[in-house]
Amino acid sequence: MSIYIRLAAASVLLVLALASLLIGVIDLDIAALLNSESSSAHILLVSRIPRLLAICLAGAGLSIAGLIMQQIVQNRFAAPSTTGTIDCAMFGYIVALVALGDVDHWLQLLIIFGFAVAGTLLFVRFLQKLQFKNAVLVPLIGIMYGNVVSALTTFIAYKYDLVQTLSSWTVANFASVLKGNYEFLYLAVPASVLAYLYAARFSAASVGESFAKNIGLNYQRVVMVGVMLVAVLASSVVMIVGVIPFLGLIVPNLVSLFIGDNMRRNLPWTAYWGMVLVLACDIGGRLILFPFEVPISMIISIFGGLVFIGLILKDKSNA
Amino acid sequence: MIKLSGLSKKYNDNFVVKDASALFPKGVLTSIIGPNGAGKSTLLSMASRLTNSDAGEVVIADKPLNQWDNAALAKRLAVLRQSNNINMRFTVRELVAFGRFPHSQGRLSARDNEIIDKAMEHLDIQHIADRYLDQLSGGQRQMAFIAMVVAQDTDYIFLDEPLNNLDIKHSVEIMGAIQHLAHDHGKAVVVVIHDINFAASYSDRIIAMKRGQVIKSGDTVEVIDEAVLSDIYEIPFTIREVEGQRICMYYR
Repeated sequence: MSIYIRLAAASVLLVLALASLLIGVIDLDIAALLNSESSSAHILLVSRIPRLLAICLAGAGLSIAGLIMQQIVQNRFAAPSTTGTIDCAMFGYIVALVALGDVDHWLQLLIIFGFAVAGTLLFVRFLQKLQFKNAVLVPLIGIMYGNVVSALTTFIAYKYDLVQTLSSWTVANFASVLKGNYEFLYLAVPASVLAYLYAARFSAASVGESFAKNIGLNYQRVVMVGVMLVAVLASSVVMIVGVIPFLGLIVPNLVSLFIGDNMRRNLPWTAYWGMVLVLACDIGGRLILFPFEVPISMIISIFGGLVFIGLILKDKSNA
Repeated sequence: MIKLSGLSKKYNDNFVVKDASALFPKGVLTSIIGPNGAGKSTLLSMASRLTNSDAGEVVIADKPLNQWDNAALAKRLAVLRQSNNINMRFTVRELVAFGRFPHSQGRLSARDNEIIDKAMEHLDIQHIADRYLDQLSGGQRQMAFIAMVVAQDTDYIFLDEPLNNLDIKHSVEIMGAIQHLAHDHGKAVVVVIHDINFAASYSDRIIAMKRGQVIKSGDTVEVIDEAVLSDIYEIPFTIREVEGQRICMYYR
């Protein structure tokens, strides 16, 4: 990869980041920023910078989660939103709210994580048993599975009068991110580092179980580590931001078109494009109906849905 | 040397492999032949630790299979099956590099890269090193997978139907390459193969199976025999020598 491409990539991210910091209902006075007592500096530190960081962490985290998922189930259309991970995380969230109330956030996260791991593992084991020939069946069954789980979630929400709470986090929105309420997203950093260290193993597992065993790997352990990382990344985003559909599906696929599936090589780019895509969609959502905001999940749904259909049409195994 | 003794595998009370014994010595190319459902692939999977056996024992270099550590064994024994996901976009070079994983754990040294280059040269695929697997023909892809096994640089190599769906040119090239591994590099190579004339022309030893049992095993001339093959495949065989090479005729 040439140095120019890296420089160009870095400047695109910087420009988007700067735009994200400067766009908002209240205009930032750049000169006043130097004075740490001003309201501009306060807005920047409490709202705009946390929002930017949350976008980058969630975008990179969910994209990496999708990449891992695709490799461990050997299917291009697998991602946290098409394998039940997100729906199980939401189920865990509502169970945590009902059982504990809104008290200990670490405990809440732990419960969400537990549900996400268990739900994803169930689906992955199911896939390993069935070995589908047709690639599109995997997301199809995954989405159906997710719908069943989310029906349970809705049931509990009705029963305990939490429907409004539920609808507020099924729609992802970065507007509510403030300093002090988004820091769980930093879990994406250690999770991504671990994913990078495990990259060669995930890639070997993506070729097949006997292929992975041949080079001395414990295939089931690699899958388990992958499921845990996917669950950590997806749970923290679901808890703090909400559901961002399609992101984990489309970013790894688009990156793979250009630099292939070798995870050690494409993981940094997957993280990068996840950040850029979410940043761009978030900026777009803030500008379309200014001064109101369109939630990012709507913008990304439209874009992601189109890309998803394109990927299915392109997939040679259906032809 | 790998020694199989009394290996059996059952699926729902049906024996897929029953009481099979075999020897795979170093420097020798051994073919496993037999009709569909004879248990060839299952035997190969059990010998290469991909499938557990229900009875019997596999001894690899004087050590029973269950005492081997999986990661250590990957440096001594390589196995390639047909069930690989070929939709993943790896370049040929990236695929071959997986063969070095048991030795380098993913961090390729200069020596690893040298071995990867040599393996690709051995199969004559250097010119497609940077192409993605999904852009290749079936023959080229198979060559890449075999180059990966070569890069793994193990004493024992098991290949399950390496000629499946390949044209004649690629079949000849692959058989030549693996014969070279056995004879010139002293490796024990075991292939499951359907084409009886490829088995007759390239192998040193042949194991003939039918309905889960080893019917005959020995030097190629002992097994490529009209009576033996007619019994195994249940059709009449005529065998002729062409330029010192036994050729089976079973077409009518």
